[in-house]
Amino acid sequence: MNLINIFVKAIFIENMIFAYFLGMCSYLAVSKTVKTAVGLGAAVIFVLGVTVPVNYLLENYVLKGGALAWLGPQFADVDLSFLSFIMFIAVVAAIVQLVEMIVEKFAPALYGALGIFLPLIAVNCSILGGALFMQERQYSTIGEASVFAVGSGVGWFLAIVAIAAIREKIRYSDVPKPLKGLGITFILTGLMGIAFMAFMGIKI
Amino acid sequence: MSTAVAAPEVKPAEGLFSKKNRKLITDPLNDNNPITVQVLGICSALAITVKVQNAVVMSLSVLAVVVVGNMVISALRNLIPGRIRIIAQLVIAAGLVTLVDIVLKAYVYDVSKQVGVYVGLIITNCILMGRYEAFAMGNKVWPSALDGLGNSLGYAWILLAVGVVREVTGNGSVMGVRLIPESWYAVNGGAYFNNNMMILPPMALVLVGIIIWVQRSRNTKLIEQ
Repeated sequence: MNLINIFVKAIFIENMIFAYFLGMCSYLAVSKTVKTAVGLGAAVIFVLGVTVPVNYLLENYVLKGGALAWLGPQFADVDLSFLSFIMFIAVVAAIVQLVEMIVEKFAPALYGALGIFLPLIAVNCSILGGALFMQERQYSTIGEASVFAVGSGVGWFLAIVAIAAIREKIRYSDVPKPLKGLGITFILTGLMGIAFMAFMGIKI
Repeated sequence: MSTAVAAPEVKPAEGLFSKKNRKLITDPLNDNNPITVQVLGICSALAITVKVQNAVVMSLSVLAVVVVGNMVISALRNLIPGRIRIIAQLVIAAGLVTLVDIVLKAYVYDVSKQVGVYVGLIITNCILMGRYEAFAMGNKVWPSALDGLGNSLGYAWILLAVGVVREVTGNGSVMGVRLIPESWYAVNGGAYFNNNMMILPPMALVLVGIIIWVQRSRNTKLIEQ
């Protein structure tokens, strides 16, 4: 039950885009057509789902204060949490590289679809943001952390596909010239965010 | 300056604030603004503008990381192998951000608590990687510092503009100083209400949209076709 709750919360209430603005750069840049939006969205779900659990293990068995106790009693009061930014981003960059190579080798069709988006994702704020939120919220099991990660990814996917569909339609509308393109996309995202606020407070 | 020694310049040295160098600072303020034109670094710009104080702290942090990082990378640009440059840049960025985070926790703990994960997210702030990759890897230390300064100022003014509007309309104050007198409020017998909507995240997006609208109607060459 708790897992479902975390999942729904991550998709709708604490949506990466509408509530925290994470990954806005690629959200705005790659949402011109639905097809590319689906590709990037799928890549984000995938990378979040892999990196957050790995960072969770790193956080709980290496970085957190007292996390090194399994090595021996003399390590029990070591606190490496000041290293967490560097470690998290290194893990993200390395995993993205690794995932790219694995996908290229074993699933060429998927690589063709995700290909150009994977390197972009290493510097997508939503990936590092997922790791940092995981650290801040202190999920108690790796299952919760993974469910949170996949949920956030799905929320991001929904957001980018929705805005891409709207942008495809709005191309034929008479938007004031200075507002065309970027400006109207911001305002649309704001309106969608207000709509998503309706989910606030839902608990399953 | 380990790299500049290798190739002595023959042409006369350029002034520290020559026209070209001044352009590095003024360009990102308007024509090439990182937020409204290049569309970089949006995440943090929107999330922490509920209060002006947070916007100021965030702007200063980004300024420090971009300027220092630009100088470091520019100084090391001939030593960083091309194939691993992204990782090298990320490590330098992460190191600087860790320092900023520790300083913030030491001196402005309250703000650091409110800004939360967004300080860590400066690492993946696209302005950073954009400037490191596009400018610092190919230019000398001093122009890189100016370029970093210009871009972070361009980032800062948008943050401050959004922050001021949101704090005044949503809370009736600026930097914690009350602008709307307490006695105007409905609870004290007046007829004024804060616009609570401005505090919600989506309004930041709408405000940036409006800033873009205003900027592009004054500066028509930025209009998208």
